Amino acid sequence: MSGKQPSELYQDWADQVNKRLERNPERSAKFETSSGIEVDRVYLPEELSEEYMEKQGFPGEYPYTRGVQPTMYRGRFWTMRQYAGFGSAEETNKRFKYLLEQGQTGLSCAFDLPTQIGYDSDDAMAAGEIGKVGVAIDSLEDMEILLNGIPLDKVSTSMTINAPASVLLAMYIAVAEKQGVSSDKLSGTIQNDILKEYIARGTYIYPPKASMRLITDIFGYCAKHVPKWNTISISGYHIREAGSDAVQEVAFTLADAIAYVKAAIESGLEVDQFAPQLSFFFNGHNHFFEEIAKFRAARRIWSRIMKEQFGAKNPKSWQFRVHTQTGGSTLTAQQPDNNIVRVTIQALAAVLGGTQSLHTNSRDEALALPTEDSARIALRTQQIIANESGATDTVDPLAGSYYVESLTDQMEARVLEYLQKLDDMGGAVAAVEQGYMQREIHDKAYQTQRAIESGDMVVVGVNKFRIEGEVQPELLRVDPSIGQRQKAKLTALRDRRDNELVSQALDDLRRASQTSENLMPYILHAVKSYATIGEICNVMRDVFGEYRPI
Amino acid sequence: MEKIRVLVAKPGLDGHDRGALIIAQSLRDAGMEVIYTGLRQTPAQIVSAAIQEDVDVIGLSCLSGAHNELFPEVVQLLQEQGVNDILVVGGGVIPDEDIPFLESNGIRKIFTPGTPTGETIEFIRTHVREER
Repeated sequence: MSGKQPSELYQDWADQVNKRLERNPERSAKFETSSGIEVDRVYLPEELSEEYMEKQGFPGEYPYTRGVQPTMYRGRFWTMRQYAGFGSAEETNKRFKYLLEQGQTGLSCAFDLPTQIGYDSDDAMAAGEIGKVGVAIDSLEDMEILLNGIPLDKVSTSMTINAPASVLLAMYIAVAEKQGVSSDKLSGTIQNDILKEYIARGTYIYPPKASMRLITDIFGYCAKHVPKWNTISISGYHIREAGSDAVQEVAFTLADAIAYVKAAIESGLEVDQFAPQLSFFFNGHNHFFEEIAKFRAARRIWSRIMKEQFGAKNPKSWQFRVHTQTGGSTLTAQQPDNNIVRVTIQALAAVLGGTQSLHTNSRDEALALPTEDSARIALRTQQIIANESGATDTVDPLAGSYYVESLTDQMEARVLEYLQKLDDMGGAVAAVEQGYMQREIHDKAYQTQRAIESGDMVVVGVNKFRIEGEVQPELLRVDPSIGQRQKAKLTALRDRRDNELVSQALDDLRRASQTSENLMPYILHAVKSYATIGEICNVMRDVFGEYRPI
Repeated sequence: MEKIRVLVAKPGLDGHDRGALIIAQSLRDAGMEVIYTGLRQTPAQIVSAAIQEDVDVIGLSCLSGAHNELFPEVVQLLQEQGVNDILVVGGGVIPDEDIPFLESNGIRKIFTPGTPTGETIEFIRTHVREER
């Protein structure tokens, strides 16, 4: 410690916050309850012990247990970012604009599976999947339509794209350039987390080594050219969806994160060059208090790893900034309106845990992609928590709860045990290759299934409180003509574009792929020549090969 | 009696295999022999694996919404190969209104989210005998 007494440290913190408030005032000059009781910015123990300072500290300060910002939602609410995308770029552009009109504060784009796996819509592998789980993007042309009329210097966009993340980021940069927005002004996120694709989500293309290189190329490029971009969203979300518990979610996510940091350092980057742009993605699941503890524990562990293990000096490198999505696998197909209640509880836990942005699931997602009505209710759920519940008026409201602090400590201890075990195995990449995390997750998923079937775990509407003869609500259907339309568009594009320019750009990319040069400039160049995502990814498939799971 | 042989398959590009893996293990625990294809199988690959492994049942799992395209193709390819004794069932995120279409295209039963694994096991045991 700095040698100062905790009370002096508090004074320092309070002074700093007050200075900051002169520039950035809170949402309200005064916060109070319905009875007129004034609500403090932060509640602290009677006595600020050394132990408190070490484990909790002040909001916005190391070890960030109490949140990454000093005023949290008193300053500004989390970013309300609903994941959306289906069919064509035109349809998704319309849904984006609808969500923004409804008060959403950031975009989050879902791509269809061919796009996520680097296939063009006219590739045989894309059959049946075009536009189904997200929007179909084949070339820069589609991206221009997708983002038409959306000011990219004002709206931040998160893109759930992993193996071909560099291609989609390049398209985004190219569209922004056409809008007159330079890349240093862009803010948003690419998921770009390949390890969890091998572990839990399945949209990998290349083997681990090449994939890690593409990722660190992005870190290096963005540190220079796209400094406000989150270059990765290291995701526990899908690990949890695949069946893990909360401890495994945190442990495997942080093990993956450590692997990325090590890979970036090995590629020659300094930790503080890229670490401030790392971000995380968690699940908001059912166990209310454990979920809150999960966020608090993850922040504490990550800050210590970055400071102590990797020697990061920039406080931004220590911060575990996280997006949350409520738990898709907790939604039931039965009595779908009940899901609104589940989502509310999960979202409130994420807010009390201090998330930076949030997606709330729609009630009908165990049946299909959400309808516009369902998507609106999901957004309203966050708006109600933010504006009506009062949960946003003080920072980290559950700190000091015997239960939550104990859960936070115990989660931390169990996560550290797992991290040690994974480190002994040679780190996350080695563990993935041995199928270790995959097995751990499957075992837990199977236990959960057994508990549901035995009735030990109650799922309302499924194994208790059932209704017979339910009629399903109206569902969203993706227009089946999308496949034909995308293919026709591709044919026209291939006729129209300068194909010599395209082959030149692809040849350059091929050559660079065989060296250790940063590939981002080559991919950007190829994208601007209107090379398609399949063409670009196929060049790299040729050079890098494809991942085959064990 | 010989053990029932089942191919659990993931057609299309969808990477969600929590359900497929749970079904595979549940069927194994119920005494069946189960082969899991892994992700990203084309209908042709699934049919060829089913024939090669001489299975009694194919269980298709799809959560991406591509079931109406991919499931019937599996049945059609089986028929083209002259295979009529394999029971084909499916599961995943499948709206009720798609079920009649799938059943009329040779998928004998669709198991939707929340189905107890015991129900699937029972269905397979009962109907495999009919096919045999």
